Amino acid sequence: MGARRFVVRSAGPDPRAAELLAAAHSLGITAVEGMAVADLWFVDGDFDPATILDHALQGGTFEHTREEPLDGTTIVETALLPGVTDPTGVALVHVAATRGQHIRAASGKRFTITGALTARDVDRLVTRLLANPVIESASLDAIGPGFPDVTVVGPHADVIHVTDLDDEGLAKLSSARGLALDLEQMQAVQRWFREDRREPTDAELETIAQTWSEHCAHTTFRAAITWTDGTIVIPLLQQLRTCTDEIAAPWVRSAFVGNAGIVAFDDAVDIAVKAETHNHPSAVEPFGGANTGVGGVIRDVLGVSARPIAVTDVLCFGPSATDVESLPAGVLHPARIRSGVIAGIADYGNKIGLPTVAGAIVHDPGFIANPLVFAGCVGVRAAGKDVRGAATGDRIVAVGGRTGRDGIRGATFSSMTMDATTGEVAGASVQIGDPITERLLIEFIDDAFQQSLYSAITDCGAGGFSSAIGEMAEHLGADVDLDAAPRKYPGLAPWEVWLSEAQERMVMAVAPETLDAFTALADEHGVEWCDLGCFRADGRLRVTVAGKRIVDLAGHFLHGGQPQRLLTAKRPIAPVVVAQTRRVDDLAGALLELLAHPSLRSNEDVVRRYDHEILGRTIGRPYAGAADDGPADAAVLIPLGSTSGAGLAISIGVNVRYGDLDAGLMAEAVIDEAIRNVVATGADPDRICLLDNFSWGDPRRPTTLGQLVLAVEACCAAASRHRAPFVSGKDSLNNEYVGTDGHRQAVPPTLVITAFGVLPDASKRITSDLKEPGNTLLVIGPTRDELRGSHLDLVLGAECNGDVPAIDDGAPARYRALHAAIADGLIISAHDTAEGGLAVAVAEMAIGGRLGADVDLSAVHDNPVVAWFSESCGRIVVEVRSANTDGVRKRFATNECVVIGTVSAAPSVLGIGLDHLVAAWRGHVA
Amino acid sequence: MTPLALVVTAPGTNRDLDVTEALGAAGAAVERVRTRELTPQRLADTQIVVFAGGFSHADALGSGAVWANDLRHLRDELQSFATTGGLVIGICNGFQALVRLGLLPGSLGPNASGSFTCRWVTLEPTSNTNVWTDGLDGPIDCPVAHGEGRYVADDTTRRNHMALRYAHATNPNGSDDDIAGVTDTTGRVLGLMPHPENHIRPSQHPRHHRGGAGGLGLALFRNGVRHTRTL
Repeated sequence: MGARRFVVRSAGPDPRAAELLAAAHSLGITAVEGMAVADLWFVDGDFDPATILDHALQGGTFEHTREEPLDGTTIVETALLPGVTDPTGVALVHVAATRGQHIRAASGKRFTITGALTARDVDRLVTRLLANPVIESASLDAIGPGFPDVTVVGPHADVIHVTDLDDEGLAKLSSARGLALDLEQMQAVQRWFREDRREPTDAELETIAQTWSEHCAHTTFRAAITWTDGTIVIPLLQQLRTCTDEIAAPWVRSAFVGNAGIVAFDDAVDIAVKAETHNHPSAVEPFGGANTGVGGVIRDVLGVSARPIAVTDVLCFGPSATDVESLPAGVLHPARIRSGVIAGIADYGNKIGLPTVAGAIVHDPGFIANPLVFAGCVGVRAAGKDVRGAATGDRIVAVGGRTGRDGIRGATFSSMTMDATTGEVAGASVQIGDPITERLLIEFIDDAFQQSLYSAITDCGAGGFSSAIGEMAEHLGADVDLDAAPRKYPGLAPWEVWLSEAQERMVMAVAPETLDAFTALADEHGVEWCDLGCFRADGRLRVTVAGKRIVDLAGHFLHGGQPQRLLTAKRPIAPVVVAQTRRVDDLAGALLELLAHPSLRSNEDVVRRYDHEILGRTIGRPYAGAADDGPADAAVLIPLGSTSGAGLAISIGVNVRYGDLDAGLMAEAVIDEAIRNVVATGADPDRICLLDNFSWGDPRRPTTLGQLVLAVEACCAAASRHRAPFVSGKDSLNNEYVGTDGHRQAVPPTLVITAFGVLPDASKRITSDLKEPGNTLLVIGPTRDELRGSHLDLVLGAECNGDVPAIDDGAPARYRALHAAIADGLIISAHDTAEGGLAVAVAEMAIGGRLGADVDLSAVHDNPVVAWFSESCGRIVVEVRSANTDGVRKRFATNECVVIGTVSAAPSVLGIGLDHLVAAWRGHVA
Repeated sequence: MTPLALVVTAPGTNRDLDVTEALGAAGAAVERVRTRELTPQRLADTQIVVFAGGFSHADALGSGAVWANDLRHLRDELQSFATTGGLVIGICNGFQALVRLGLLPGSLGPNASGSFTCRWVTLEPTSNTNVWTDGLDGPIDCPVAHGEGRYVADDTTRRNHMALRYAHATNPNGSDDDIAGVTDTTGRVLGLMPHPENHIRPSQHPRHHRGGAGGLGLALFRNGVRHTRTL
């Protein structure tokens, strides 16, 4: 290989080295004494970064040759695999070009490890920490660059014989090509091609597989489901849509249509909202999986022509203390997944320049083999403005990143369960994002929309061009010529170009008369574009490469031809009643344990890795208070372009403890929690919309499907009761891992609800931190003996009997009364009561305000354990001026608003000093 | 006359909207220009040049390094722009680029914590030789949001170039002598890691709801605009 290697070292301490050293020790590889990290630059061409980039390397050292390993030193080198997004390589090519040199460049890393390592230590270091075979090669010797194979493949499409296969042959074909189509789907494919009197091409089969995948087509949410007793279930997606239609909120502009939901905000702007999952990719390549999850959901918002203004994330991991030896084959350690995912989210959000404003981190053993990553995005669009929709004759223009071999078959990959080989198999599905390119797209699309230069837009997500163009052309048809699509490198097979899920690309429909203005604007923005063909009127999707037709499918078959899935749901088995009774001798000790629990403690150390200030419109931050560290119930933003003084509150509801106990009550609880959170910050309960994200196990198991049906039915019931419509959602099923012993591990049923609420006057927003000694504390909402599945049980280390928190019929009226009190200026602070009950809620308010609380809960419940730790829904703690106490109480039904104490200058709660509360909240228990 | 400010962007610049809004609020006319559009001709009819925050070219070869490479042919023009009365400010990634370009002294390394950090800090003006900070009547509160903001200074910088310091206990990155911003020898070029452009309204302050009211970052931009008017 002709490329030269350059080793680039930081002159000062490299923070990556300290992090890796700590990570090696936490994996139990204690023989590692020291760790150094350097970057490797590979340059193929006449360009020497050492002399030309001198200023760039200020403070760094630079060497061309590798020093000889010293005694007791181990060298590990890694290089990115061919085609993996490599910003360093791109930057080197750019800099060389500014000097008139055309080169190829790539990058890698070099680790110098000291300590007496055994061969097994080295192997574990490489596989568990330093290299991920999904994106990198590793070597104990000098490594070379991973330039893509540029052997040019002829523009031919293979013909696959399906029309004469029997059922066994169809199933075998689906499995061999990784199509993830079941027998009924394969039979439908066979019927269509028999009628068309020909065999499909590889590109056609792959197009159908992507379009019909669980990931793209939501086959379970559209399925015909029957309970085991014969009762018929209305298809789940239809239930959710009907629920939104019946609420008939006049401010919903678009629900369950297109890439994101849209609601009116004020006279100036509408708001677009969407949340997605990126679970499988994050399991095998945590950084890239989470990174592209954020990038993908931002493109969903761009896909409705809205300008993104903020992102959210909810992360579910296995416990960081999980024993390495107990991990199933092929599963990354939860601590490594966690650090990679967090770095991936920070990298994309920070670099694209959007504030990351709300989220949650949950730890549970149920996520060891299947971590969950939910990424959300909110955007703004001029009020009432939209595109006209694609029309016959419009050009099909792709903009943004180039097409490569990255991300092939992501949709089908996401629709399968995982096993020990998934990392290898999925290699091509996993990508690293390029936020800089997507940032350019944001600016370009914003300008192009304002100038009305296009008629339709969608993002290239799962399925790439095939699903983006396929969906846009569903009713029109299209002629596509892929020759114009710019490639990252030569050598792609035609079906690879058509199916590639290379990131940061959008497809737009452009009327011929605006094409010149459109392309000129793209050039001005530095956005690459290509004209791929035009929309027709005959309903056929035709794709050509080098003059050869590789796809010719009817839109009605591709989008409507797949058989409705038939599924059976079984009522989940009622949870075993455990006889054990809770005993808490030390309320204060239990409170400290709860505050320090990984799922409850402050995530400030993580959240501050995300920029939540950019755009200058985040007025309610994730952490706020006297020391900027009290937890906020919801983020509050002033949307870009809005001047009405209104604010947008964003919150999350999630609770993975209840799903296996009662999936319906879980759904009720998390919807109530999300709504309660935005109401507590001052949002109007009549202006709240919701997003649903279901992450579930394999729906072909009847009890798992039964849990899903119960959760969806409960979602509809709760949304109706609160008059808070769902406007978009996404399901990620098959979150299961099959061990080499055949044992299946499924995630606990996990529903994430994102709530968006409008504060009519943002200056009246409420925060959770206590404000002034002498004020009265009240709890609004009844406390019941509902400790089943509580976080108290988690820290006690025992599951005890009792009830999961029930549906709270009084909550909607209570929230409206609270909102009126906030509007009248009577509420000084408010905080939602959830995990850890009133004990944790009051402690968090005290921490936020650096004040104390004298609390007596005897009026709340006779049993102090219930009073302090029950997790009953529908409750909010409020601080009011003592003179207003009676006035506030009168606004609520009798017994719905109880005085529990006063704010005190003596900084303690339950006799625990504030210092200890703060330490526990940061994860340290003395 | 209303001074003209050019906000210069590179691919990956992302706080350009924020600083555009701040300069507008301070009384300047503001245009955003891409790096390739910044020419000696454009400098001739401009009073203020701003290098905004972000991750230019993903900071792939080091923070601000590629941007500095792309600006190197303008280095002398920018120097004489400042010498002849023009004002230059580099914020965050813009500061990193100006340091790499050699318009400002010192160097910037990874935060002592090892990671990106986003939090509010208090800045104390320490220079009366830099027009951006001269005459500020008190500290400024504003956020930082960076991973490589640890300023490494030599003795000359400590004596002559310090323009802004992090107030007691708010140093977010381990900078030498709590240095948050530095001036060049003309006193017309300022570089700083924090983001005064994100505190131009009192309601942006994180403790506004508790009655907190730190100094507005807007004061810094007003100062710059005021100085262009005294030319």
